[in-house]
Amino acid sequence: MDFSLSILVLVIPFVMFLLLGLVGMKMSHKVAGWLGTVAMGVTTVIAYGIAFTYFFGTGQGQIAEGVRQQIVACDYTWLAITDTLIIKLGVLLDPISAMMLIVITTVSFLVHLYSIGYMHGEVGFQRFYAYLSLFTMSMLGLVVATNIFQMYIFWELVGVSSYLLIGFYYTTPAAVSASKKAFIVTRFADLGFLIGILILSYYAQTFDFLQLTGEPTSVIQSAGGATFLGGSVMAWALALIFMGGAGKSAMFPLHIWLPDAMEGPTPVSALIHAATMVVAGVFLVARMFPLYLQETAVLELITIIGIVTAFYAASVAMVQSDIKRVLAFSTISQIAFMITALGVARPEYHEGVGYMASMFHLFTHAMFKACLFLGAGAIIHAVHSNEYTAMGGLRKYMPITNITFLISCLAISGIPPFSGFFSKDEILVAAYHNSAFYGIALSVIAGMTAFYMFRLYYLIFWGEERDYGDHKPHEAPAVMTIPLIILAAVTVVAGFIPFGHYVTWNREAFDIHIDWTVAGTSIAIALVGIVLATVLYRKPSAVPTRMADSCRWLWRAAYKRFYMDELYMFVTHKIIFALICKPIAWFDRHIIDGTMDAFAHVTHYASSKIKGLQSGLVQNYVTVYFIGAILLAIVTWLCVI
Amino acid sequence: MIFDNILIYFVLVPLLTLGCLALSRTTKQIRAITVTAGTLLMILATWLTVGYLQQRAAGATEEMLYTGSWLWFEPLNIHLALGVDGISVVMLVLSSIIVFAGVFASWEMPREYFLWFFLLSIGVFGFFISIDLFTMFMFYEVALIPMYLLIGVWGSGRKEYSAMKLTLMLMGGSAFLMLGILGIYYHSSADGNLTMNLVEIARNNSIPHDWQLLLFPLTFVGFGVLGAMFPFHTWSPDGHASAPTAVSMLHAGVLMKLGGYGCFRVAIYLMPWAATELAWIFLILTGISVVYGAFSACVQTDLKYINAYSSVSHCGLVLFAILMLNTTAMTGAILQMLSHGLMTALFFALIGMIYGRTHTRDIREMGGLMKIIPFLGACYVIAGLASLGLPGLSGFVAEMTIFVGSFAHSDTFHRVLTILACTSIVITAVYILRVVGKLLYGPVQDKHHLELTDAKWWERLSAITLIVAVVSIGFFPNFWSDIIKESMSVIVNVIPQ
Repeated sequence: MDFSLSILVLVIPFVMFLLLGLVGMKMSHKVAGWLGTVAMGVTTVIAYGIAFTYFFGTGQGQIAEGVRQQIVACDYTWLAITDTLIIKLGVLLDPISAMMLIVITTVSFLVHLYSIGYMHGEVGFQRFYAYLSLFTMSMLGLVVATNIFQMYIFWELVGVSSYLLIGFYYTTPAAVSASKKAFIVTRFADLGFLIGILILSYYAQTFDFLQLTGEPTSVIQSAGGATFLGGSVMAWALALIFMGGAGKSAMFPLHIWLPDAMEGPTPVSALIHAATMVVAGVFLVARMFPLYLQETAVLELITIIGIVTAFYAASVAMVQSDIKRVLAFSTISQIAFMITALGVARPEYHEGVGYMASMFHLFTHAMFKACLFLGAGAIIHAVHSNEYTAMGGLRKYMPITNITFLISCLAISGIPPFSGFFSKDEILVAAYHNSAFYGIALSVIAGMTAFYMFRLYYLIFWGEERDYGDHKPHEAPAVMTIPLIILAAVTVVAGFIPFGHYVTWNREAFDIHIDWTVAGTSIAIALVGIVLATVLYRKPSAVPTRMADSCRWLWRAAYKRFYMDELYMFVTHKIIFALICKPIAWFDRHIIDGTMDAFAHVTHYASSKIKGLQSGLVQNYVTVYFIGAILLAIVTWLCVI
Repeated sequence: MIFDNILIYFVLVPLLTLGCLALSRTTKQIRAITVTAGTLLMILATWLTVGYLQQRAAGATEEMLYTGSWLWFEPLNIHLALGVDGISVVMLVLSSIIVFAGVFASWEMPREYFLWFFLLSIGVFGFFISIDLFTMFMFYEVALIPMYLLIGVWGSGRKEYSAMKLTLMLMGGSAFLMLGILGIYYHSSADGNLTMNLVEIARNNSIPHDWQLLLFPLTFVGFGVLGAMFPFHTWSPDGHASAPTAVSMLHAGVLMKLGGYGCFRVAIYLMPWAATELAWIFLILTGISVVYGAFSACVQTDLKYINAYSSVSHCGLVLFAILMLNTTAMTGAILQMLSHGLMTALFFALIGMIYGRTHTRDIREMGGLMKIIPFLGACYVIAGLASLGLPGLSGFVAEMTIFVGSFAHSDTFHRVLTILACTSIVITAVYILRVVGKLLYGPVQDKHHLELTDAKWWERLSAITLIVAVVSIGFFPNFWSDIIKESMSVIVNVIPQ
């Protein structure tokens, strides 16, 4: 397929957004839903065509001397800010963007299909599909960006589509505040991103990715060794750019928006807050990886943030009661794995395996996490609650959801031969290569992952059966189960993709070897986690409650997400709002405006005093006249002598 | 012949409209006249843009095109001197769009209101087409005075107080300005041929440096008052809150741009040396404006106050960028004027429409309006997104050009201020989403609101006109950016680097 067609993957969803957004209300739900889905299907076919041509085709310069080339399929000038800093909109094809095309269109198409069933009869159904199209367009534009400013543009657009979709049920106050929180927290992170871009582009005098990553050493040297607060300016720029990525990818401490974002409809959580948008930060670091390699201090920072986040999120996920919250924290933890993998990747270690592992895990995670979320959606659809206390024993009622959910749980826990095992294993290998501490930490967190995922699985599908009354839960309709089956099927086989042949940091192919000491340990740890969960949660038992009681404060702290939200509320409401905004507003009304009013009052007062002089009484005038004349005479006399 | 110059029609059309309105009797006639006038102005602006671009494409390199000069008062050498460059063309386009949308937004207003409305627009258009200091100042005053009556008579709330405050503060600015203009006039030429013509004064460049140090602050503050520069911005919240819908639109949309345009066309263009010397003082003041306005907007509860403080922040960014004194940032400043003019007019139009229905502007008394009046709600969200700088809408383009331009200064002082100004993108998001969340989303607060009707056709037309303009700039920024940049680079050349 000709690469110039790749612009269609942006144009089709955008046209659908305009169509559904402007005239959607005139369509029936059925027409709007299927129109959106079919258009997304066409986009998916084109994206697959492009990606397969890129990976397997020849003749358009895809490979030269064993290195996959970066191909600019099209590039239009959008805004020339200066002669050198030009914002272009275009399509850059390279291994990671081609892979992302597959991930995004696959999940997006399945979510479109699934939503026909899930959103059936909802008010604003057409609006939902319009927003989905907008999101898909923005996300695709982000990954194919030819320059960092194009990425920033689409970065903001995915942010706003996320805002609109989280707040889809806009009459619910929780959804409104969640959408607001998501937007503002990520906007704050984007401030860092923007400043990073400004610094980087000021020195490098280009926005273009090919120039930035093609000659990383000269870009770094363009700053001429300038430093700021002890760090080189470029290190600051890269760290600030990563701040943007950390916001979108919900890295600690900017993660607080993601659990709340679960207020959105579940298909949205699957698409945006599990598979695609939240990995934008990982993609950003991967895209600029050659630059990050020049500033290893920043990579160290990234690794530490990744490990802290992974551990934090995993420990919170172990005690949550809302199934979507568990999945949200699990997403945070898994993305932190990908970020850590990038942080530990060095070309010296095993052809920079961390980079490949990160992208591999991004791919497999997108599939099995989407499957988990869509499965959760089917469950919520059946029992009308997010809390596990309303579930239990659902395996009898929902066999397909049960099986697909189980497969995904096995994959995320890292049990072979499911996809998660292969990608997570490579991450662990990369971590052990870099430092034993990172490796051990990630292994432990992987064990925690297995535990909380199976805790979730047993609480939903096994455990105590609830009294469902007359409305027995039932399996979801085919439009919802088919996406589940497809995603589960991908999860089963995706691990066998020789990823090292396609996506590597220097775009040269290499073979992946499974390091059986690392793999063996991680399987063993995962099994321990699973067994523990089985023992505790498979049958109704009082042990978990007793364990929680024995260490009440810790359990409580984890349940309350270690009070991070309270901390943020304190800072934003009690400090920024009460100590900055309100005093400024008061100062403005009373001091600044008071001064202006005071001028008016003084003038008024002075004139009211002086106006007595113009009394119109002749005797007063005469008195003043004589006093004046005498004074003048005295002054003259004094001057004369 | 004066009537051969297309520019003069920007003044003649509203003048003729005044005459027709004076003769009109019925509502139908008034509407026919005002709509015709608004449309004619739009056509004129489009025609001018096309003609201007053709002349430039044909290789016209003069600084000002469509120039013409007619002697008016010989002893002081005052001319009616006309001429436009890319920047004035953009401002004229902005003004005509807002007048057009404003006519529809004040559909049900009486004849006398429209008389003052078009008198105001004479001032606005006249200001942008003049290149003679005296005529510029005259049109400036023409634009200010009607505001007093428009607010005082057709306003709401504490309208007499607000009208008086606004007029007095702006008149105070004019007093500074008058001094500044006189000072410039007496040093306009080294050989004694004093002139009021901007282009000639700039070419002579004969104002002594010590005089520049005095005159620059006078003119900058004089225009800065209208540009809502901290600490002379307090007329803006009260004035906008009391003004009727279309007056707020015109005032925030165009009139405040007179301030920014004047700062750059008179203060910086004529006194470039003082500009480089004194920029730091005003950079601090405008930098404060940007953040201060945004923080103040976060706690307001009146829709118009929120928008007025937001304007303080956004207009602060205009002056901030002008003072960066390089082509990129100053181009961004003009783009920001264009963008802010359109979106703030949209905001005030929508606020007026919502107020007309709910009879309150207090966000605590409203909620869930999106469900009841979806058209107005969706427009409000779009205006909000433009205001917080969403790519694809006009605000993003302007802000990014400003930030990239400001960052071209590599010293710590400019860097710190630029980063401070950048933080406004976060604070803006906070207050915009706060309003949208309270006003449009959530449960309905007042059950009387359930019976509200959505926008009428003229209200829709007014809002859609502005939205189309905001989106078109957001999608095709290079068109506007190029027009501005070309003229801007000529002006930046005179600034000592």
